[in-house]
Amino acid sequence: MSETITKVDFREIDKILESYDYKKSYLIAMLQRVQEVYNYLPEEAMTYIGKKVEGLSPATVYGVATFYAQFSLDPKGKYEIKLCDGTACHVRGSMPVLNAVRKKLGLSEDKKTTDDGMFSLNIVSCLGACGLAPVVVINDKVYPKMTADAVKIALDTIINEEKGV
Amino acid sequence: MTLNIDIKEEQKKAQETIQNQGFRVLVCSGTGCIANGAMEIIAKFRELGANVESLSHHDKMTVVPTGCHGFCEQGVLVVLPDLHTTYVKVHVEDVEEIFESHIKNGKPVERLLYVDPKTGEHVHKNEDINFYKKQTRTALENNGHINAEDIDEAIAVGGYEALAKVLEKNDSDWVIEEILKSGLKGRGGAGFPTGMKWKFAAANRGGKTYMVCNGDEGDPGAFMDRSVMEGDPHKLLEGMAIAAFAIGADEGYIYVRAEYPLAIKRLRKAIADAEARHFLGKNIMGSDFTFDVHIKEGAGAFVCGEETALIASIEGERGMPRPKPPFPANKGLFGRPTVINNVETLANVPVIIRKGADWFSSMGTETSKGTKTFALTGEVNNTGLIEVPMGTTLRQIIFDIGGGIRGGKKFKAVQIGGPSGGCLTEEHLDLPMDYESLQKAGAMVGSGGLVVMNEDTCIVEVARFFMNFTQNESCGKCVPCREGTKNMLKILERIVAGQGKPEDIDVLKELATAVQDGSLCALGKTAPNPVLSTLKYFLDEYKAHIIDKKCPAGVCAAMKTYRIQEDVCKGCTKCARTCPVGAISGTVKEPHKIDTEKCIKCGSCMAACPFKAIVVE
Repeated sequence: MSETITKVDFREIDKILESYDYKKSYLIAMLQRVQEVYNYLPEEAMTYIGKKVEGLSPATVYGVATFYAQFSLDPKGKYEIKLCDGTACHVRGSMPVLNAVRKKLGLSEDKKTTDDGMFSLNIVSCLGACGLAPVVVINDKVYPKMTADAVKIALDTIINEEKGV
Repeated sequence: MTLNIDIKEEQKKAQETIQNQGFRVLVCSGTGCIANGAMEIIAKFRELGANVESLSHHDKMTVVPTGCHGFCEQGVLVVLPDLHTTYVKVHVEDVEEIFESHIKNGKPVERLLYVDPKTGEHVHKNEDINFYKKQTRTALENNGHINAEDIDEAIAVGGYEALAKVLEKNDSDWVIEEILKSGLKGRGGAGFPTGMKWKFAAANRGGKTYMVCNGDEGDPGAFMDRSVMEGDPHKLLEGMAIAAFAIGADEGYIYVRAEYPLAIKRLRKAIADAEARHFLGKNIMGSDFTFDVHIKEGAGAFVCGEETALIASIEGERGMPRPKPPFPANKGLFGRPTVINNVETLANVPVIIRKGADWFSSMGTETSKGTKTFALTGEVNNTGLIEVPMGTTLRQIIFDIGGGIRGGKKFKAVQIGGPSGGCLTEEHLDLPMDYESLQKAGAMVGSGGLVVMNEDTCIVEVARFFMNFTQNESCGKCVPCREGTKNMLKILERIVAGQGKPEDIDVLKELATAVQDGSLCALGKTAPNPVLSTLKYFLDEYKAHIIDKKCPAGVCAAMKTYRIQEDVCKGCTKCARTCPVGAISGTVKEPHKIDTEKCIKCGSCMAACPFKAIVVE
């Protein structure tokens, strides 16, 4: 696990806090920016924000970070797979797609990121692309009308591209 | 007030600009169509259109990326307004043919026209596509017709005209009266009269007041707010500015879900463009009215759609609801009077001001006025976003606009209003869709998600699905909601696993009452609705699961067995190779067999079999 411990550059965090005037009402936005940089929320960064911003404590920051589904306290994969299980996707068969992704990448309900740190899988409620159900989003690319086979092909394409690099 | 901007003049200029664009090619670039390759199509059209010499009837061609048409199923959509033609399911390879055959030589490309699911024939004219023909669009009137990222296109179709009218009149009470008279009710779920909300907040006029737009569209299966924000962001901004003027607010927030990156991007651009034209910001159009808008991105919490939770989230805290009163109109964001309106509600406002309250209230029913958008999804032929007058029946929506059930299957039920709503059945097909009728039937308009289910959908599984959703999204503040939904989910999981007990139905009902009574906000109060309404209309199906241990729809895995029909199986081995647990054995060209002990009932063999030899029992 040693390689997953990120070195947090507090100067970088300060830059983010400064852009929001160190105002506590921007806590969610601050955490979003931090997550953009590190791909997850490192504990040191949360503690730092809790101490630096007036009116916050490390506990409050942690409370907010764990409340919202968008924030991850563990490093996410290089490719973040969002699998929609909203109503429309569910009715049109998102579960076989989920099973196919899990089987292909060796993931499970508890294991959300692959050992090589390449992929992480999250089930989301609705991406608002219901007309294309079932939908999978990998990083920012939307894959419409997925099936178990189609999603395997999509993943293979990424895996092959990665190998090619 | 005299304004230093003549909006009619601006409108004329904008219209001229569009006139000068020559032949317009509209390509849908909503989230759905971009996923299907809209950007490549736009690039290809631009490349072809660069050679204007080749156009016979026009001296110019302009490719316009538009917002969502609502017809995502048929994407990518390409509309040629001058030729009254809509092309569907267009791929980048088709672009050259559309250009050569239709745009240059006037011959439509038949194979890319929309096929009516009822008649099986190609539809030539836009106006004849049933999906559009039977709709009345107010909030969505410009969606798909204008370039969402170009403020001039919004101005050309009447954008900011209503705001100018309001500022010229300079009478905020008149604005509130007009909205009251129109009968507009909140489109986000609760259906509270919008004018009333404004009136309450306006009573506190004088100090700092906030105008907040709720764009935290959390109901799974609803995407009307996304479409408005992506397809016509200026209309939303104009609606917010009018509301802010009415209640005396000088600052506003749009709270958008982080799952909608395109909406956020387009709103940011729209705000910057509107500020540059003095339609937002300091001294709007030369008046003494000032209004600044900020965007707050959500971070993924369904409960933040509730107004007090949304306020907490904007303030940077955990999005947990608090008791009302005090209502936000008295004590809201940062402790100041605040009005929170949903995206669709605000998108109706400029149209009402422009066309008049009487025009709006002439649509709809006695008590529910105007039009409502519905996100029509699930097992229906035309899935997409629609807008119809209040009071339109389910039958009209599903069978006329939606083109009926996919694959000629039988209609079973429709889930309306997301996880807070309920199920409606065949007996409700002729029910007018308005706030009151739906409430009486045990459902609600909600945000307007309509998920159509056919005979192959298991109702108990759907109830479990919704309970799983609300259980996950419960913020945990109220014990009855936190623990009650958990226990209801456990029972439902047991039932679909074939281990239901006869007393489960009574316990579910009892828990439902406790959750409804003991929860602070609408999330908890409405969480049991899907269970209660399915218990009401599909009790037999629950009983079949619990007593006969059978799933009538053949969905619940625990209650089915897969079998290979020996006489149909050709021994191609495809199933054996597909099976994830190696439960299928057999030799090539011999009938195969499933080991029911090993089988995990995933159904992948059935999907893989080319001869339909595998059946579920």
